[in-house]
Amino acid sequence: MILGLHRASLRHGKAVQALRNVDLEIEAGERVALIGPSGAGKSSLLNVLSTAIKPTEGELRVLGEQPWNMGNRSRQRLRSRIGLVHQAPPIPGRQRVVTAVSAGRLAEWGLARGLLNLLHPLDAEGARKALAELDLADKLFAQCGQLSGGQLQRVGIARVLYQSPELLLADEPVSAMDPVLADHTLGVLCRNARERNVTLVASLHNVELALAHFPRVIGLRDGQVMFDCAAADVAPERLRALYANEHLVPAPAAEADAMAVQIPRC
Amino acid sequence: MKRVTNWLILLVILVAVFASFGYLGVDLLRVFGGDNLSQMSAYAERFLRPDLGTGHLRAIGYGALETLAMSALGTLLAAVLGLFLALPAAGRFGWPLAGFARLVLNALRAIPELVWAALMVLAAGLGPNAGTLALALHTAGVLGRLFAEALENTPAAPADAIRLQGGGQIAAFCYGTLPNLWPQLLAYMLYRWENNIRMATILGFVGAGGLGQMLYVSLSLFQEPQASTVILAMLVLVFLVDALSVWMRQRWVRA
Amino acid sequence: MLSRDTRDPALLPRLMLTALALILLWPGIRLAELDVSVLWHGDSARDMGNFLAGFWPLASDAEFLALLFDATLQTLAIATAGMAIALLIAIPAGLFASRALSLSAASRGGRPLWWAQALRWPVRGLLIFLRSVPEIVWALLFVRAVGLGPTAGVLAIGITYAGMLGKVYAEIFESVDQRPAHALMQAGSGRLAAFCYGILPTAAAELMSYTVYRWECAVRASVVMGFVGAGGLGQQIDLSLRMFAGGEVASMLLTFLLLVMLADALSRLLRGRLA
Repeated sequence: MILGLHRASLRHGKAVQALRNVDLEIEAGERVALIGPSGAGKSSLLNVLSTAIKPTEGELRVLGEQPWNMGNRSRQRLRSRIGLVHQAPPIPGRQRVVTAVSAGRLAEWGLARGLLNLLHPLDAEGARKALAELDLADKLFAQCGQLSGGQLQRVGIARVLYQSPELLLADEPVSAMDPVLADHTLGVLCRNARERNVTLVASLHNVELALAHFPRVIGLRDGQVMFDCAAADVAPERLRALYANEHLVPAPAAEADAMAVQIPRC
Repeated sequence: MKRVTNWLILLVILVAVFASFGYLGVDLLRVFGGDNLSQMSAYAERFLRPDLGTGHLRAIGYGALETLAMSALGTLLAAVLGLFLALPAAGRFGWPLAGFARLVLNALRAIPELVWAALMVLAAGLGPNAGTLALALHTAGVLGRLFAEALENTPAAPADAIRLQGGGQIAAFCYGTLPNLWPQLLAYMLYRWENNIRMATILGFVGAGGLGQMLYVSLSLFQEPQASTVILAMLVLVFLVDALSVWMRQRWVRA
Repeated sequence: MLSRDTRDPALLPRLMLTALALILLWPGIRLAELDVSVLWHGDSARDMGNFLAGFWPLASDAEFLALLFDATLQTLAIATAGMAIALLIAIPAGLFASRALSLSAASRGGRPLWWAQALRWPVRGLLIFLRSVPEIVWALLFVRAVGLGPTAGVLAIGITYAGMLGKVYAEIFESVDQRPAHALMQAGSGRLAAFCYGILPTAAAELMSYTVYRWECAVRASVVMGFVGAGGLGQQIDLSLRMFAGGEVASMLLTFLLLVMLADALSRLLRGRLA
């Protein structure tokens, strides 16, 4: 078992219960899709699995370790083996694509190499390869702020591919792409996971994509697991129950993080 | 009611003005009356023939370069020191350090450059080094506070993401925070540099090098033509800086 | 092919920039005679340490406190009297320099005649000259002309701030709505009447607020000018520094900080009231 949650709950403050008593086991090399209406707790679950947030109750095991029972240093070492693709890639607009992608290996490189890489890209070839898989090789030296939302999401994916983690988590990785590109990008992600024998867990708001690309599908609603089965067994009535009374809410757009420069007066 | 208070305020201001003149014993009629005016105009007349000899101009050129170097290095040192103080002041290392760093920044900023220069002349001796250090200390306070504000307003998500994939604190800062931060830092530095060039021209009055020291010395030796050239050089320098800063703002900082 | 794709286009500019910075930095350091280490090496560090150690206890004997009080009042008085002189010069100069009271503009849709505009330039040039020479240079010149003491400080603040206020006043006059004044002038009223009835009511708040803000700056400036002998707190700080009287310096620096904070608070209060 590479990823396990035992009776895990997550509360934000007192009022909001994001996850209730979730039990989950995922074996090495599995590819799992998380689906469910917005607000179901998909992002919360991924944040817990990626060790970004500590579950309020319950136990988390990742890559054979218990991240919340270890020291800061060893947890950081564990984290370098986990890759998380964010829905809105947290990449500064003023950074160049090559730097943003190579930031994936910062944990592996150590401080001196990391700082040197900031001045001059040390592994542009490796970054280019990661980008080439997503058809973005020509943007290697572009500024991230000048990319479209879909391109930026693919840069975020390239960063995690370049990191080459043992566990790959993805939070709505294709939400800003058009259907054809989304399908293609998910294909790349899954093929990569299969070839490198990497465990992949991705949340998706598009059910067709989830069923087409992932052998195993987990349905989440109100912070609870509604079903957890093979993609072939996901029957239409199960989906209807999962999305009952739900209006399709468009995914929130990535926030622009460009800061207005201001000059103070005397 | 508000009308009455406003008139009262006006009255208080008028009384304050007359009380000030009375307290200082400044009698403008006596200052500008009688012989004094002709004496002053005779003094002013000596400034009308600036010394434009090559030797003096070369000395002034050297003084101007010294002034520029003082201001640039002072600002650079201040930026480094300010950033080191801004990190704790923005609360990166817990609140006890934040309070302490803010106290230091406020103290550095509250004391004017000229007072710092007088102190530094005592500590480091006469010359431009004292001026540079004085500028660096005061500007570190100003820049540190501005940097801390900028740090607090920078989005935290990029740095958090790097931490989450196992990167260290410093790497997260350099890759996640700095790229969004540096245009703002650069804008603040340019703004302070502009201020510091003006300041560097006068720090010499307490012996801290640059054009100010030349002016002070030549006035003390009653060499008014030479002093007049130095004042002209100061004016030229200030105008150049103004023009340069307008151009740089338009070029790099589209505020 | 591959190597060309991965060659960093920013490499050359970055190298050039680094080289340029190094080329400029070295002469800069030589020119500024920069040597930070003097602060913690040798005799000067010990002297400085002794001097700083003398900051505590603060000097607080009655005679010194009386001197301090006198110097503080003098500083405030220099700023206030200087501002009064500055206003006397700045108001007429601002009126002359501003396009707002142009009779030709009133009848030409806001554009004054070229020669009328040219007449304003000498006044503007004078204002630029007055404010471009730093106030402390004026103070130094006046110390030579009228002798040590607060008179030089008052005159220096008066001259420099006249330049600043005059320019800003002229801009404020031009920035408010011009139509009331133009209407009055087209109806045959005099320029001054048009100014009082057409421009002053809308511009008054901004003028006041800027003037009070400048007064606050003048308080700081008058302390600094004391260092060249123009009276007030600065002159006392300079004297105590020369005598290595740490306790006195510390007391006076604290007083200065209090004074600046007080001026700041007062200026904020007045601006809040008048605006």
